[in-house]
Amino acid sequence: MSNLENKKLASQLLKKSKTARYERFGRLISLAALLLIMLVVVSIIVFVASKGISTFTNDHISLKDFFLGTIWNPGTNTPSGHPAVGALPMIIGSFLVTLLAALVATPFAIGTAVYMTEISPKRGAKFLQPVIELLVGIPSVVYGFIGLSVVVPFVRNVFGGSGFGILSGTFVLFVMILPTIVSMTVDALKSVPKYYRQASLALGATTWQTIWKVVLRSATPGILTAIVFGMARAFGEALAVQMVIGNAALMPQSLVSPASTLTSVLTSGMGNTVMGSLQNDALWSLALVLLFMSLFFNLLVHFIGRKGAFKK
Amino acid sequence: MKTQSQSRFAIGVLKGIAVCVVLILAFLLGYIFITGLPNVSWGFLTKPAKAFQAGGGVGIQLFNSFYLLILAMLISTPIALGAAIYLNEYAKDNWFTSTIRTMIEILSSLPSVVVGLFGFLLFVVQFNYGFSILSGALTLTIFNLPLLTRSMEDSLASVSDDQRQGGLGLGLSKFETITHIVVPAALPGIISGMILSSGRIFGEAAALIYTAGQSAPALNFGDWNPFNIDSPLSPLRPAETLAVHIWKINSEGIMPDLTQVSSGASAVLVLAILIFNLSARYFGRKIFEKMTSAK
Repeated sequence: MSNLENKKLASQLLKKSKTARYERFGRLISLAALLLIMLVVVSIIVFVASKGISTFTNDHISLKDFFLGTIWNPGTNTPSGHPAVGALPMIIGSFLVTLLAALVATPFAIGTAVYMTEISPKRGAKFLQPVIELLVGIPSVVYGFIGLSVVVPFVRNVFGGSGFGILSGTFVLFVMILPTIVSMTVDALKSVPKYYRQASLALGATTWQTIWKVVLRSATPGILTAIVFGMARAFGEALAVQMVIGNAALMPQSLVSPASTLTSVLTSGMGNTVMGSLQNDALWSLALVLLFMSLFFNLLVHFIGRKGAFKK
Repeated sequence: MKTQSQSRFAIGVLKGIAVCVVLILAFLLGYIFITGLPNVSWGFLTKPAKAFQAGGGVGIQLFNSFYLLILAMLISTPIALGAAIYLNEYAKDNWFTSTIRTMIEILSSLPSVVVGLFGFLLFVVQFNYGFSILSGALTLTIFNLPLLTRSMEDSLASVSDDQRQGGLGLGLSKFETITHIVVPAALPGIISGMILSSGRIFGEAAALIYTAGQSAPALNFGDWNPFNIDSPLSPLRPAETLAVHIWKINSEGIMPDLTQVSSGASAVLVLAILIFNLSARYFGRKIFEKMTSAK
């Protein structure tokens, strides 16, 4: 064999095969898809944050005026001469509806989940499970519409006032987050090993003692995660709440007076402001608060997960 | 027996709670269908909406919802599949992978209104697409990606390693094993995940208000050239979807038959979600049977 042929052969042998090139191509494509998602997350945070802080950097609003001010009318001044960009009414409104909804929903959700897994698993799997799954998927505008046509008149007749307010928002969110919390709690209860229950019953504990002292106790981290998820959903929910809360950016005086949340002011206000104006910047700051809260809920879930991961 | 009666009492209370919840849920579904379905007719589903008079339909909104859904799924499926393949098949267990996983989790828990505002900022203002189908579909893609990626990753993870070893043992490269063996085996899960996320997209409104817009201009259903602005396929026209329509007419609508239109539209939405849910189960099972010859 001549030297030339040898070289040719060597280069052919050393070249990557078609399969190897295909392999590298596939790997790169899938990595690119993943990096694209990463890019999206980073740019959401950067974009919203850079718009959100311009209230403080460009328009020179102090953090105190924003977070502790109680009058929301960006572009004007309060009677005491401060800029009227107080976001406290919305922040309180958001926290109030979220906490109240979670408070009402939790006992119902845990009770239902226990019924579905411990007391009547057959009926739970056959009938309740699909219904809960369907309800998780019902769009929030439908909840809002039902809230508008059922809950608001109900609250008006029973508790007085216009019917729009924190209480109506709580009811609507309660029904909205109930399926979410139930289905996640069911998962948590199902992950408790069967022999825990058997051991407890063998010791002579009643069904209730087993549920209360063994099953619920060992599923606590999972249940807490479910509640936090429900709260995160309630906090970020926009349209359903916006439709029933009355949208008055005032400090909530009672549960039945019109109020507002971060999301409701955002959805109803964003279309009426001009990009770059103080009115608009202040809304983006509200969006930033919303983003931070969502990150906080995420952190909380991680923290609970790390503390109480189920050791198998 | 004090503990026995205590147990019986507690279980009675639990049953009561479960019954309460079932009643609430039954009322909800019953209310949607009983008040809504009588308003749904063929004319309602096909006629355009009327702003000031009674008797308008939701034809254009319904078309927009489906068009946006299809576009968003077309864009998000390859991206989510690629990401899921990398995460499940290639990614090593290191800080990079866990950072990405955390980011996907963050994206999935972001309120949809924040995603919508980002879409407004980037697509509508920065890229100058305006309130359009294109902006809406891209925003819905962002909204859809994290959950779709996760469900696809779960389906890929449920394929047993024996299959991968079989492929590699036959001399296929890793990527060939994935495309020819793992993905087809995971297909039932992937498809039901796609159908379920379609339901989520179909009902989404908050992410669309400031991206796809809140108006539904009249369409010329005889013109299917996507470059004409009044063609149904034009990606640069504003497109109010069914869910946005419900929100819009309830917050600022002035038509006299507002309640009828919204309850009819709600029933259509929920019915569509129900069909998505049922077909996800059905197709998942059918494809599984076909691929594994289980029947």
